[in-house]
Amino acid sequence: MSDVVKIKDLKVYFDIQRGFLEDILSKEKLQVKAVGGVSLTIGKGEIVSLVGESGSGKTTIGKAVLDLVPTTNGEIVFMGESLKNKNKMEKKLFRQKAQMIFQDPYQSLNPKDIILDIVAEPLIVHKLVHTEMEKIERVKNALEMAGLVPGEDFLYHYPHELSGGQRQRVAIAGAIILDPEFIVADEPVSMLDVSIRIGILSLMMDLREQKGISYLFITHDLSLAWVISDKIAILYLGKIMEIGNADIIINSCLHPYSHALTSVMPVPKVSKGKERIILQGETPDPIHLPSGCRFHPRCPKAFEKCIIDEPDLIEVSSEHFVACHLFPRGCEMID
Amino acid sequence: MELLEVKNLKTYFKTQKGMVKAVDGVSYSLDYGKVLGLVGESGCGKTTTALSIAKLLPPEGEIVSGEILLEGEDLLKLSKNKFKRKRWKDVSIIFQGAMSALNPVMKVGLQIAEALMLHEKLTYKQAMNRTKELFKLVEIDENRVSNYPHEFSGGMKQRVMIAMALACNPKVVIGDEPTTALDVMVQAQILNLLEKLKKEINMGLILITHDLSVLGEICDNVCVMYAGKIVENGTVEKIFNNHKHPYTHKLIKAFPNIHGERKLSTSIPGNPPNLLTPPSGCRFHPRCEFADEKCRTKEPELNKVGDHHFVACHYGGAFI
Repeated sequence: MSDVVKIKDLKVYFDIQRGFLEDILSKEKLQVKAVGGVSLTIGKGEIVSLVGESGSGKTTIGKAVLDLVPTTNGEIVFMGESLKNKNKMEKKLFRQKAQMIFQDPYQSLNPKDIILDIVAEPLIVHKLVHTEMEKIERVKNALEMAGLVPGEDFLYHYPHELSGGQRQRVAIAGAIILDPEFIVADEPVSMLDVSIRIGILSLMMDLREQKGISYLFITHDLSLAWVISDKIAILYLGKIMEIGNADIIINSCLHPYSHALTSVMPVPKVSKGKERIILQGETPDPIHLPSGCRFHPRCPKAFEKCIIDEPDLIEVSSEHFVACHLFPRGCEMID
Repeated sequence: MELLEVKNLKTYFKTQKGMVKAVDGVSYSLDYGKVLGLVGESGCGKTTTALSIAKLLPPEGEIVSGEILLEGEDLLKLSKNKFKRKRWKDVSIIFQGAMSALNPVMKVGLQIAEALMLHEKLTYKQAMNRTKELFKLVEIDENRVSNYPHEFSGGMKQRVMIAMALACNPKVVIGDEPTTALDVMVQAQILNLLEKLKKEINMGLILITHDLSVLGEICDNVCVMYAGKIVENGTVEKIFNNHKHPYTHKLIKAFPNIHGERKLSTSIPGNPPNLLTPPSGCRFHPRCEFADEKCRTKEPELNKVGDHHFVACHYGGAFI
């Protein structure tokens, strides 16, 4: 499997806006460290999920991959080419090949445009169609591919006339109209009802089958990630705590944070009295990160080393990486 | 005597296009120290049912018929002023979206004390002391009563909302999606808290949610709602392990279950119906693969199929 996207040691810090006086008086530069060194590869036709709580940097990674936020450090390699040294024209080509689906279909579609214009916008921006007929034809195809059949019935409607599920399909149609290689899906179903969700997810899976699209799937729902993805990365405060095959993460995760997350994972069955690891407190703020392992203040298994040293992401078995001092380099030998 | 009994409640909304039958003949009951879950998709009438109990409907909404008995007393027969005294003291709500439900320019402690001063006729000082107790109950540091909402995180705000709902020792607390906007870890914390409070205070809790997993964690009984009606009502064990209604079945199937097979289940075709013109017969029939002529014409009643288990389906689970 060739790699479509390769993220190398990505860091995204945001400067904090402060008053002028405060700024010159304080020596320390305050930054929100949204993403603190993440490396990841996504192969052709692969679905990789980023799972984490709010503030873990999932969305920032998604945006950084698409070059929508300036990165502080690191490199994004798309289809073998680094984005770093690309000029404007080359970037435009990249944007045709990499698309995004947003979380809220009630806000991501312009309420004053008809569906035809919304879906056709990428074609116009990239000057890919020349006649009105051609435009309508391509939009119709995209809509039908996104499950809105027959496509012409939707062309002249406004977003408010459609249901949430249909809107998300319109957003997907807009994302696939340029035949992308790679899509970042940022919580694409979290605003939708359960019965609608599955339809959207199976649409995404079908597109992968038919067109070999790779996905970076951003979600807070671990069970959803498990169902659809090949690989799952568990994020905490901007760093990957554990990454591996979806089944491994769910059934035999190693990191204490993954353990806690899987233990509180929603299950549709009677689960009263189930043993749950409930972490106390909340995620610390990403301005003043804890020393050492950033999870140590909430970790039930933390020891001295965790407070001082930051653990590296270490491969414990094939394709399964963990960043925890409990699993030091070489522990795979003992196993 | 049951703590709360809702009998054949009908709440309609007047709109320009006609009457929207948001809740159309819903009955359920709740006992002391129990948790009743109302589950369904958006637009199925979960929240409207709750707002009807607290009589907090918007002006277009109207309770057309039915009875809401709180310890035998019909709340619907009370005058507006009489009910005002009952609200918050007998029935309180934990509102959806704690992020926006608190007044941003008022200290959180005062927002709770306000209700206490009004309903319990406490002085400012007494009310503040009680607020501090409530903060302890919901596990927030009592010194934070003088903070503003923006100084709290999402989970903390939700705790404040819970403290507020508990301020006057209500008999019935309605939680309207109390954990929906929260992270899983915080959700687990809040559910634990509710579970603990339920035992300590012996209150009845109605939990409105679209998330089936929440039900499994804390509810005793569950009503599954679809298009303004209850399609299945039973103990949480019955609903998860021995459900009879095709909709319940599909809803549960639609949730990824890590103990099951790793694949997407088939989706429920179509969309929830428009309640201006609900489908004839069984309201689920346009989306039900087993529907036949009878389902299209005759509306099924909520029939007893077992101990504490009722299903509104002509075929009572024969398909599952």
